[in-house]
Amino acid sequence: MIDLLSIMAFHAAYAQSIDSDQLESWPDFFTADASYRITHIENEQENLPAGIVWADSRAMLQDRVAALREANIYERQRYRHLIGIPQLLSASAESAEASTPFMVARIMATGETQLFATGVYRDRFVKVNERLLLAERVAVCDSTVTDTLMALPL
Amino acid sequence: MEKRDQYGQRDFRLTATMQENKPIRWPENLSRVPYSVYADKQVRATEERHIFQGDTWNYLCLDVELDEPGKYRTTFIGETPVVVVRDNDGEVYAFENRCAHRGALIALEKSGQVENFQCVYHAWTYNRQGDLTGIAFEKGVRGQGGMPEHFCKSDHGPRKLRVAVFCGLVFGSFSDDVPPIEEYLGPEICERIERVLHKPVKVIGRFTQALPNDWKLYCENVRDSYHASLLHMFFTTFEINRLSQKGGVIVDESGGNHVSFSMIDPAAKDASYKEQGLRSDHDRYRLKDTSLLAGFDEWHDGISLQILSVFPGFVLQQIQNCLAVRQLLPKGHDRSELNWVYLGFEDDTPEQLKVRLKQSNLVGPAGFISMEDGAVGGFVQRGIAGAQDMQAIVEMGGDMVATGEGRATETSVRGFWKAYRQHMGVTE
Repeated sequence: MIDLLSIMAFHAAYAQSIDSDQLESWPDFFTADASYRITHIENEQENLPAGIVWADSRAMLQDRVAALREANIYERQRYRHLIGIPQLLSASAESAEASTPFMVARIMATGETQLFATGVYRDRFVKVNERLLLAERVAVCDSTVTDTLMALPL
Repeated sequence: MEKRDQYGQRDFRLTATMQENKPIRWPENLSRVPYSVYADKQVRATEERHIFQGDTWNYLCLDVELDEPGKYRTTFIGETPVVVVRDNDGEVYAFENRCAHRGALIALEKSGQVENFQCVYHAWTYNRQGDLTGIAFEKGVRGQGGMPEHFCKSDHGPRKLRVAVFCGLVFGSFSDDVPPIEEYLGPEICERIERVLHKPVKVIGRFTQALPNDWKLYCENVRDSYHASLLHMFFTTFEINRLSQKGGVIVDESGGNHVSFSMIDPAAKDASYKEQGLRSDHDRYRLKDTSLLAGFDEWHDGISLQILSVFPGFVLQQIQNCLAVRQLLPKGHDRSELNWVYLGFEDDTPEQLKVRLKQSNLVGPAGFISMEDGAVGGFVQRGIAGAQDMQAIVEMGGDMVATGEGRATETSVRGFWKAYRQHMGVTE
């Protein structure tokens, strides 16, 4: 049975990979055919399917990391994720669905920290070889406004 | 000259203010832009009157967003809040979102559907055409109070806008003198809008990007075909052969409206879109999932990219199958807001929709191509602090405004300033 504690441990490791700039390991939290999307609450309420980021494979997430490393130009920045307590919506030995609030602060090259995003991860987890992986993550932001740009993933 | 106030004290504040308000010195030539125009509250205020409330058409929303009587959206022209609404007669009306009584917002939500509008403050009521129709306690209560007999409701109300709908795009204007929308756009711009919006669209997402810069810096960025391959390294890094060897820039008569486009090289016409991501002699960087670029040919004219702008703040984008309108709004003298509306067509198949959703990774706040545009305006805004007396150079391709084939040019940026100066009454 996938339990609350294992999902919390997953969230902690996920946040650590982004916040400590180990982006290359970030796609490994997803299944090969996972879907990942960043949107906001108003699009969700209107069933509008687009995302700020829209991926339907782990390879697309790897491509995003490669683009951030090699192609895209943005000021040096990092995130600090605070991930709240998951609300477990369903759970079995092989899969689970959870909704978990997050806050992400962004620390810019200038040294300033600002609250960048808050919202909810709507997740579907599966267990693959005894390891918990995301088959689906929709990061639903509370704000409809993104400041300047969103380089790093949520 | 030394100023003294009424008590005979030297008035330093007045002196300082007068210095700040010294007029912008415009060079004769369009190839120079004074930095002070990007960071001046006085300029910003003048723009509201002369540009946004002047002889311009401003994008308000999509026709399809007002698909039933009573459907409305709130938006802005410049920084002025406005309501756009469809009435029972099928027409779209727009008026200031400002109660005639005390100036409060009439509509608070971004969108909705109403019989009429009622200000929450004192319940003054407006119909969908912006007429003041009801005043709470107009006759008073038990013979006490109430509005005077001679107060005429029809004399009061929010300012009404002229509205024009072109290809499903709803534009509004405060001006009685602005030419009809098709004349304002010019024939070539009309044609290029009709090319993209050739059948009913549907909204597939909305995102807002807060830009840390004056609105004009984004206007320039959109019209700047010179920066594309220099700032945006995504296609180059992954050695994606865009098959886009040819292209051009169209600037309309006013200078304010433009199209820049890329065309598939006929020599490479047979190569499918899917193969685009795969061509590389050394495969240091390759996309692992090339479905990002697996599009379909829906235009049949070889144009793989078309960015179109309408003065002052509207953009229509077609990047392969990725369609969006962008509405740029000033927010003070050093901030602005970019509203993205991602589009598909009503008759899209699920597969076609999926292509558009995937390709939307190229644009928006996290777009492989667009993310840099969100930041670069801020780099300028921060860079020009303290340089009010200096000027930017926009001289690539000379100092004229002209339609042409090459894209290593700033011709449409100069076009923007040509229109800007004309509206602002710069005669120098």
